[in-house]
Amino acid sequence: MRVVRDTWLIFQQEAGLMVRNPVMVAFSLAQPITYLVLFAPFLKVVMVDRGASTYADAYRIYVPGLFVAMGLFGGLFAGYGLLSALRAGIIERCRVTPVSRTALLLGRALMHVCLNVVQAVVITLVALPFGLRVHLANLLVSYALLAVMVLLSTSISYDIALLVRNENSLGVLVNTVGQPISLLAGVLIPLVLAPMWIQRAALWNPFAWATDGMRALFAGQILQTVVWQGALIMTGLAAASLFWSSHLFNREVS
Amino acid sequence: MIEATGLRKSFRVGRGRGAGTVEAVRGVDFAVRRGEIVGFLGPNGAGKSTTLRMLATLLRPSGGAATIAGVDLLRSPAQVRHRIGFVAQASGTYDDSTARRDLILQARMHGRSKGVAQELAAAAIRAFQLDDFADRRIRTYSGGQRRRLDVALGVIHSPQVMFLDEPTAGLDPPSRARMWQEVRRLREDGMTIFLTTHYLDEADSLCDRVSIIDAGRIVAEGTPSALKREISGDVVAIDFAAADLADPAGGGLPAATKVLAEAPYVRGSEPVDGALRLYVDSAATAIPQIMRALYDRGIEPGAIETRRPSLDDVFLAKTGRSLEE
Repeated sequence: MRVVRDTWLIFQQEAGLMVRNPVMVAFSLAQPITYLVLFAPFLKVVMVDRGASTYADAYRIYVPGLFVAMGLFGGLFAGYGLLSALRAGIIERCRVTPVSRTALLLGRALMHVCLNVVQAVVITLVALPFGLRVHLANLLVSYALLAVMVLLSTSISYDIALLVRNENSLGVLVNTVGQPISLLAGVLIPLVLAPMWIQRAALWNPFAWATDGMRALFAGQILQTVVWQGALIMTGLAAASLFWSSHLFNREVS
Repeated sequence: MIEATGLRKSFRVGRGRGAGTVEAVRGVDFAVRRGEIVGFLGPNGAGKSTTLRMLATLLRPSGGAATIAGVDLLRSPAQVRHRIGFVAQASGTYDDSTARRDLILQARMHGRSKGVAQELAAAAIRAFQLDDFADRRIRTYSGGQRRRLDVALGVIHSPQVMFLDEPTAGLDPPSRARMWQEVRRLREDGMTIFLTTHYLDEADSLCDRVSIIDAGRIVAEGTPSALKREISGDVVAIDFAAADLADPAGGGLPAATKVLAEAPYVRGSEPVDGALRLYVDSAATAIPQIMRALYDRGIEPGAIETRRPSLDDVFLAKTGRSLEE
């Protein structure tokens, strides 16, 4: 299949360029690690009435939330890369070749997926000495859920980038959209601590479902309905959003 | 090799009430034969790039038809892409990549296997003399090196037709001369080349044939020498810029225009950039008469220059404006 081959080709190119900039990759890990070390301990105090009596408990609650935050923001800023590639004429050069149009977008999106999963692995390793314990199978499922999430947030970012076509508007929009979504998903502090009206509003936030699913996985409850509900919601939205971004991308650009 | 009839492109601009359409290309017809170098010459915004981008399958024409290497552009753009190469005005390479990486990727995007792509990249590096810097980051390349890489990328799959958008814009004179050499070499390899330029000398010395385009229409077409022959005789340019600067009230240019435009030995005149351009049958006989006419009215010219007509004179004659403005 041409699409698969070309997607792999573009993925390799993008990933290769990312590897050539190891400093950038290291810096992108600085923020999640800061939160991991300096924020997660707060949860032990805050959640003490809700069964978080040890650091292990706190990290079991916080790490899945951090994954969702990384999945959300890691993808939402992907549009910058697309805009700079468009501006530099790289996309145009590719479009004059017979390469699959879908692959030009999908290969880039998958690079972000891969990058975020690698970061999640590093975060997991860093959290281990703090007492995080999670079943390997559940951990792998949570990485898969993270991957779908990044695919969704990346394609949302591409949608916005292709519509506004300018970095400043993209930055403003991404922050305006990203902040409420992440807070309403309980990525920092679980929604059980939130007032009722916020909990009700969060029912409409797909990322809140994903966070619940992610936390259930880390709690060892892989069979909870919220796991497959969260996964299903993310997969459906990712498919829809990807379809739309490839439509926007393939549309004639001037 | 390329045949276009009535090719048009209009863009919608603005939103709501202020919305309107801009006619970027208003129906152009032209044909390019196998092995020719044909150039579109015109000022910025004339529709050169838009035409090129339509032919390179990047923009969908609003009307008209075109055949490239025997393939219908509108019906099978995917087939056209196998047969063409395109070098855009913007570089189109990653700063952090290297020439070799990008060349291999380009060949692979054209469907070549990994092994073949590596060989093609190595061959292109030799042919375009990129050896010294092929494995360095592209951000370290000079303008000319970058441009050579751009062309190498465009021809990695040995296309039949090559499109070059302003191939030498912004290059220093030695790099430009080198790029011209490369373009001629591609033609010797059997490629048909279609380029845009706003440089007169480039159109004149590189192109077999030139189409002069202005405001979305082709206003003249032919070999550079045939186009210049249309402007028979000589050009006499009288410069008033310096004289008028010293004495702003003098108004040498308007006065001279008034005197000389009606003179029997002047066939045409255009004021350009503080100078007056006169088209005469013979500069040798016209200059003494011009001098006498000016002195009789007490007009002091800054400098007088005479030369053979250039493509700019052709452009001026067809559009009433100068390309160099």
